[in-house]
Amino acid sequence: MSKQQSVKLTDYVGFDTIAAQIGKKIFKKGLNFNIMLVGESGSGKTTLVNTIFSKNFLESSGRKQAAEKSRKTTEILITTSVLTESNAKVRLTVIDTPGFGEQINNENCWVPLVKYIKDQHVAYLENEIKPERERVIPDTRVHVCLYFLNSGYRGLRQIDIEVLKRLCEVVNVVPVLSKADTLTVDEKMKVKEKVREAIELHRINIYPQPNPQDDQAEIELNNKVKKVMPFAVVGSNLTYEEDGEIIKGRKNPWGIINIENKDHCDFVLMRDFLLRTHLIDLVEVTSYKYYESFRTEQLQHIRDMRGAQPAQTTQQAQQTQQAQQVQPTQPTQQAQSANPFSIAIPAQQAKSPSFTKPSVQSSRKYISNALSK
Amino acid sequence: MLVGVSGLGRRTFVNTLCEREVIPPPVAEDPEMAHMVEPMKFNKYETQMIEDGTNIFLTTVDTPGYGDGIDNYSCFTQLQEYIESQFDEVLLEESRIRRNSKYKDNRVHVLLYFLTPTGHGLRELDIEAIKRLGHFVNIILLIGRADTFTTDEIALFKLQVMKDVMTYELPIYNFGWDDESDPETLEENQEIQAIVPFSIVGCDEVVDGDYGSIRVRRYPWGTVEIDNDDMSDFGLLRYILLNSHISDFIDYTNNVLYEEYRTQKLNENKDDESEEEKEEDDEE
Repeated sequence: MSKQQSVKLTDYVGFDTIAAQIGKKIFKKGLNFNIMLVGESGSGKTTLVNTIFSKNFLESSGRKQAAEKSRKTTEILITTSVLTESNAKVRLTVIDTPGFGEQINNENCWVPLVKYIKDQHVAYLENEIKPERERVIPDTRVHVCLYFLNSGYRGLRQIDIEVLKRLCEVVNVVPVLSKADTLTVDEKMKVKEKVREAIELHRINIYPQPNPQDDQAEIELNNKVKKVMPFAVVGSNLTYEEDGEIIKGRKNPWGIINIENKDHCDFVLMRDFLLRTHLIDLVEVTSYKYYESFRTEQLQHIRDMRGAQPAQTTQQAQQTQQAQQVQPTQPTQQAQSANPFSIAIPAQQAKSPSFTKPSVQSSRKYISNALSK
Repeated sequence: MLVGVSGLGRRTFVNTLCEREVIPPPVAEDPEMAHMVEPMKFNKYETQMIEDGTNIFLTTVDTPGYGDGIDNYSCFTQLQEYIESQFDEVLLEESRIRRNSKYKDNRVHVLLYFLTPTGHGLRELDIEAIKRLGHFVNIILLIGRADTFTTDEIALFKLQVMKDVMTYELPIYNFGWDDESDPETLEENQEIQAIVPFSIVGCDEVVDGDYGSIRVRRYPWGTVEIDNDDMSDFGLLRYILLNSHISDFIDYTNNVLYEEYRTQKLNENKDDESEEEKEEDDEE
């Protein structure tokens, strides 16, 4: 039995440099940060990201010419950029979703979004359980999803509620009220209140969620942030001179909005929240909450499989999609000989019936391919 | 008639137009019911005003719920049915043997279509709606909440919208339709046509300015003056709607749109009748 005692040191030893050491290692490994942007065309997604990083490195995916047809379904558009600041290097991936909410009938517009997020979990798991795996598993999992709300609407629309509910099951969601320059101070308060009410009513678990491991300071910070959410932001990289100062903002015949002025909009609060205080937390929560629950489901299945049928004839695995039942599937011949694992995906399907068939088939393909290598 | 998704300022626009509260604020709805799709409603409001010496009986039909659901296909059909039913009523009235001299004309003379200020031209919903409704009613395009745009952005958006209108051949009201008018009016109309779509900002409060009270919208960074032509096209649109072009809209609805509808309807009936006759002949 080991004894644990708490020792207070009297001389300076020097292991308080741990933070710097860890930092160095992280940057050597490379930090991946993946942001997904969800919102209708013209809600200011691209502009906002460009504003956060103070550089116009993203291009808008909106319809630029009359002859261009509008998209028929939600697409996934990925842009990866390596950003450097002092000695820190981040691989930023922005996942844009043009076509979202653009159709006259927007049923199931969330399906490609959820599919993409889950596919990244699948890819990560596949890499993780390889007998010989890489030292650094490439992390393409979505760490945060910025959901753009229409600032004119008083509250959440039906489509917002449907999509938010589903997104919150698989990723950290941060709601954003973009183009907030059309709201007066009173209106802003009212809209935020209505949105918060609706979020609470429909039990939508947006980030940040309370965590038993948080200390007092973190709890306070989270509460402070929650009071401001959803962030009412305005984006711009144009600069103007006002009173001798150079400010970033938008100029109208009636005035200049200073986006860094906290009285004008919540841009600074949001940027600090995303990058300066909660960035690592977003990555961690993705890992230990969303990815972990996905992983547990999958591996639980394997155990159930192994227990259920010791020696079954091997045939081509059948795919079933019964709502609440989990059907034991027959592992493929190759998979069984190489490895006792046989991952069945139907359980995942059973838990979230909104998940479509094709993606499940492709997930199985990933896993069984990995195993047979 | 006002058509546009929620949050674009339809109610505020009408209240500002009539300088009084015509449409009351929406009843604070139960947040639990908010996620239930509300079918589109047609709410009628009547008001009377005196504009430049003329007495105007203004009937406004608001359409809350338009485009707010997940599946919005039925929105167009409902709008079309509503407008057509007004035409049908007139058609019926006309063909009566004893006509009602006090008959009130309920036909929609103008449809104000509120566009969302996206910055990327027209949305699919807008294109479909205008395509279908433009043959029954005069459609005027407005940009709701236009104070979200800078001056450059407005110009660009207007250009994008008009390009879309041309590309998809959308039947919006053409201010220069009457070729027989004098060159001065023609020129004026062409100028107006160049301003479409009208950028609209609604008024929230009235403050005391240098020359009396002005209608404004106040932000921490500045104040938008609704009636200032540099800041919004509201003043111009108001003048067009209630003053200069009011009779044009009514004329066009009665003499062109309604007549086309009437001809089409009567032809259909005639075809039906002649088919019936043919059948009878065949039977004999």
